[in-house]
Amino acid sequence: MSDRSSHTVAFVRETVIPQSAPPITEAGVVKWMRDNLFSTPFYSLLTIAALFAIYWLLSGVIPWLWNGVWTGSSLAECRENLNGATGGCFAVLTERWHQLIFGISYPSEEYWRPTLAFVLLFVAAAPVLFINLPRNLLIVTLLYPFVAFWLIWGGSILSPIVALVGFGVGYFVYSRYVARSFAAAAAGGLVAAIIVWNIGGYISAAGSDILALEPVASRQLGGFMINMMLGVVCVSLSLPLGIALALGRQSHMPVVKMICVVFIEFIRGVPLITLLFVASVVLAYFFPPETNLDLVLRVIIMITMFSAAYIAEVVRGGLAALPRGQYEAADSLGLDYAQSMRLIILPQALKISIPGIVNVAVGLFKDTTLVSVISMFDLVGMIRGPILASTEWKGVYWELWAFAALLFFVVCYGISQYSQWLERKLQTGHR
Amino acid sequence: MAEQAKSMVSDKVAVSIEGMNKWYGTFHVLRDIDLTVYQGERIVIAGPSGSGKSTLIRCINALEEHQKGKITVDGTVLSSDLKNIDKIRSEVGMCFQHFNLFPHLTILENCTLAPIWVRKTPKKEAEEIAMHFLKKVKIPDQANKYPGQLSGGQQQRVAIARSLCMRPRIMLFDEPTSALDPEMIKEVLDTMVELAQEGMTMLCVTHEMGFARQVADRVIFMDEGQIVEQNEPEEFFNNPKSPRTKLFLSQILGH
Repeated sequence: MSDRSSHTVAFVRETVIPQSAPPITEAGVVKWMRDNLFSTPFYSLLTIAALFAIYWLLSGVIPWLWNGVWTGSSLAECRENLNGATGGCFAVLTERWHQLIFGISYPSEEYWRPTLAFVLLFVAAAPVLFINLPRNLLIVTLLYPFVAFWLIWGGSILSPIVALVGFGVGYFVYSRYVARSFAAAAAGGLVAAIIVWNIGGYISAAGSDILALEPVASRQLGGFMINMMLGVVCVSLSLPLGIALALGRQSHMPVVKMICVVFIEFIRGVPLITLLFVASVVLAYFFPPETNLDLVLRVIIMITMFSAAYIAEVVRGGLAALPRGQYEAADSLGLDYAQSMRLIILPQALKISIPGIVNVAVGLFKDTTLVSVISMFDLVGMIRGPILASTEWKGVYWELWAFAALLFFVVCYGISQYSQWLERKLQTGHR
Repeated sequence: MAEQAKSMVSDKVAVSIEGMNKWYGTFHVLRDIDLTVYQGERIVIAGPSGSGKSTLIRCINALEEHQKGKITVDGTVLSSDLKNIDKIRSEVGMCFQHFNLFPHLTILENCTLAPIWVRKTPKKEAEEIAMHFLKKVKIPDQANKYPGQLSGGQQQRVAIARSLCMRPRIMLFDEPTSALDPEMIKEVLDTMVELAQEGMTMLCVTHEMGFARQVADRVIFMDEGQIVEQNEPEEFFNNPKSPRTKLFLSQILGH
């Protein structure tokens, strides 16, 4: 210290240098632009090209949205209103709104029913999606399918109640005997449920006017409602089925394993559109002629099987990623198979599989538009068929397809954001 | 201390293994193993890697299946019946080389999981038991953290506490200190010594020869799937009989 200071000239500062701004080239927007947009001549060129592309895109889209015509009953009227200016004929959306959402033949005075079912969907999904909510709310989730069925298809409230009671009795029988033997309990539960459903069939037939809503047939459903229904039902059914298939594929029992492998490989090897044609046409040959399985139900079965096969493979990847020590630790504590899967293995494997599962779910939701090919009038079917074919709205492609894209984008982006939130929430530090 | 410890060994059999053989495919990993462990006895199993020592103790709680011979644990003969296996596993605690804590559960949940689901202990009581054993391994303040936030030595002590929460009658240790930094080995060994002093029946696969000298009632030396030599630690270390044992000891104690 003394050594060093002896070489320097003595100095005492008496004033404080005030803070000053950095040179304009080194701060704020200018610096950011220099760093990110114009760092080299080539990048500057790219920036200018990109800006031009954005300008070109926006100069087309903004007037189209801004000058858009929202009222009117036909394309001709809309063109007249526009009077040569650039603008979208969004009147088709307002005029055909109900058709786009509910389809052609859903009784218009009953639109409140699917709308209510849609709103209740969020209430029912919340306890599943947000783990912090009280667990008793899951009762709402369990009741929702029956309520939604009653709201959308109508009829007496007795049928969904009978279905619910059947499940309840089946589960009761199962839970009483499961301690002794899983197979016997499962079979017993199934038999009990079938008995209840058969007896209940007579009761609901007898009391068909109790709390009855106007019945709506499956072929009367349409529009975006069908996409939502298929999406929600198939995702929630294919997730448990997919997990079961993934576990089955890992099973030490050769028969179970073989059934799962064959199922997964077969379903994955076939295009979904083929399965849908099977559902709409061929499946009828396999059932006795008097059974009349609903087309929507057949489609639900096919899409569920299809995405379950994919989810099974995603979950299998998650299971394979777990160290063997986790299985051994669970075993060494004396947990049985079901407990170790439910408490130790699946929570970790599913967490790893979230991105893959969401990928399948988003894909599935968009694939529901394929039902338009088997002449169901979902959103795409409605646009392609009744609306674009009508004399009033022939040729309004951009507005309709942009609307369809927007609806699907909102849902899919929502799913994706939720999954990222969930992944962050389940992060428990290091593995 | 060694004298006092030895008096705890009773003449009741905890584990008995008779003529046990095991194959991986065609490879004969364990050959004609005969071993009787008495209650309160502490056994250290040593041997070169690949000698079958881990496989041997993993057979005791049926993490590995044996193909021939008879294993009796606490009076129950090990059979392939799942209920029987789960019962034995709930009586036998095990600690692994890589701890194998459940990373998605907190330390406390790791410890209460098996008592709640296997023993059907009420949650509150299970938490009390867990805190009791976490205090014993000296990390009660970490109870609400996740395993990933703890050091290796702490994780291994949690793993010991997790096993103890099931009130096991026998503890198996599969190289519990092999994956640890030298500084952390001591804290884990201290915990194990304390456990030994309380009279727990223990089978340890370990390379910690100091631990073997201090704690073991018997040291078993294995090579090529066979028990080559077993003796009291003093005799085993000072006066090994078989040439293979001599070679092994000269190699691990030589430096």
